[in-house]
Amino acid sequence: MDEKKKVLVMGVIGADVHAVGNKILYHAFTEAGFEVVNLGVMVAQEEYIAAAIESAADAIVVSSLYGQGELDCRGMREKCDEAGLKGIPMIVGGNIVIGKQKFEDVERRFKEMGFDRAFPPGTSPEAAIEALRELLHMDGDRK
Amino acid sequence: MKPVLLIDFGSTYTKLTAVDVDAEEILGTASSYTTVQTDINEGLENALRQLQEKTGKLDFVKSYACSSAAGGLRMVTSGLVPELTGEAAKLASLGAGAKVVGVYSFQLTEDDLEEIQGLKPDIFLLVGGTDGGNTENILYNARMLATIEPKFPIVIAGNRTAARECERILAGWETHICPNVMPKFGVLKIEETQNKIREIFLNRIIQAKGLSKAADLLSDIMMPTPSAVLKAVELLSQGCEDEPGIGDLIAVDVGGATTDVYSVADGMPEHMNTVYKGLPEPFAKRTVEGDIGMRYSVQGIVDAAGLQRISQISRLPKDRVTELVEELKAHTDQLPNGDSERERLDFALAAIAVEEAVTRHAGTIEETYTLMGQTFVQSGKNLTKVRQIVVTGGSLIHTKETEKIAAYALYSPASPASLRPKEADVWVDRSYILAAMGLLSSYYPQTALRIMKKELEFHGYSE
Repeated sequence: MDEKKKVLVMGVIGADVHAVGNKILYHAFTEAGFEVVNLGVMVAQEEYIAAAIESAADAIVVSSLYGQGELDCRGMREKCDEAGLKGIPMIVGGNIVIGKQKFEDVERRFKEMGFDRAFPPGTSPEAAIEALRELLHMDGDRK
Repeated sequence: MKPVLLIDFGSTYTKLTAVDVDAEEILGTASSYTTVQTDINEGLENALRQLQEKTGKLDFVKSYACSSAAGGLRMVTSGLVPELTGEAAKLASLGAGAKVVGVYSFQLTEDDLEEIQGLKPDIFLLVGGTDGGNTENILYNARMLATIEPKFPIVIAGNRTAARECERILAGWETHICPNVMPKFGVLKIEETQNKIREIFLNRIIQAKGLSKAADLLSDIMMPTPSAVLKAVELLSQGCEDEPGIGDLIAVDVGGATTDVYSVADGMPEHMNTVYKGLPEPFAKRTVEGDIGMRYSVQGIVDAAGLQRISQISRLPKDRVTELVEELKAHTDQLPNGDSERERLDFALAAIAVEEAVTRHAGTIEETYTLMGQTFVQSGKNLTKVRQIVVTGGSLIHTKETEKIAAYALYSPASPASLRPKEADVWVDRSYILAAMGLLSSYYPQTALRIMKKELEFHGYSE
């Protein structure tokens, strides 16, 4: 029987117009069997949340390539809570901070902001897919 | 000669247009007070008598009608997120020719229900959730609606997963299931819902509003008047087989109580460096400004523009503007009748009505700087390349300055973010034929289009 596909809402946050990685991720997630709502580039926190409500999303995937991700992501978990999306898994990846910083510190800060996972530059789409499967308890249907 | 009669049952006037479809010309027009309270036939017969006094006895082969009588088609909508399915429901209803009297989002509250009972909608449009998405909200709202009286027809056009369940919850109600107005995020699919709305209007509303008495005279087709106008402007723009249209256009109808704006254009971003945000809008889009009108809603115009601006455009002192506006509110049937002050005021009010209504209808563009350089964010339709404007409404017809008023629909350096046409030809529908031609277009599209091209009066070029 066809299991209902897990729904992801994804996009590039803030005033960031990097479109290529967004398209690659979209294809990778779709290929991996997710139903993907792709919001494209320059996505505001509110847009992820609105789309997640309408589509009853299972997780939110935030990308950021231009270094301002930390500012852009602030308060997003709280807004999700307000909007009735309490506990929705959120992951973030890309060049999410400026300059060379130890990624453990970066990861810790994003986790404090309420993200379930944070990924450094150069992460393969497979790593994100793996994390999503784990967060969404999809271990059973691994290929 | 093959005369066809086209009837528009308005809330105050019943307007008739007689057309010879063989010669492709208008034989005559006439109008008389609508008398819904007593008998709609009375107004119709009066108008018919008037018409035939001008044209001589006509043997109509067909007659078609549209109606906005008795408050028009009053609709209430409920969606999930206001900017998404909430907006989709509103756009669908407006495009179907409805007067949208209530728009709700998220879960309906007990207060909302009381309001809805008071609003007495002719049709309720219940939506929410993309297909396979949220079902909780639409089911909740169906359960809430099921508790109220009196019942009204409900069109269910939300998440398809929940459609049947909604129908079961609303057992005993007249329900109609349509495809989701927003099946996927950012995809608007409203046509079938709009057809269903018109069908219900046809079957039910007309009888409820005493229009059935006139029905034996009609061959076929009844639609809400705004829906007929939308059909007409779409035909005028796009053309049909063997007859080209005039291209992308906007149409503005400034009324006494409301101002309607129609646009027929794609309106998507022109440049690669522009990102589109929000719900994509319908190719043929209608909006209604309920607070912008020349008489009943004159206060809305004053509120929108401010006394200062009206005073500037009309070249009347502010105190005098206030006095005259009060007068208009008290006497909604007042016309300038050659009085220079009142003419100047009506000019200013009409200009602002056009400006405000088109500004609200058109999209906006915002310039932002990113690390990649300058970028633009567009929401709503980009109408800057539209080159045709059609205007109608008493204040634009009974004046020599039509194109000056219409120019207020155009792009202005004072509000550069508003994506209104940069320059345009101005056309005037001087004898209110748009609704009639929309009706005619269902059967004789080429004829309707040729008549419009002939009858609409070119009224200059503005930039």
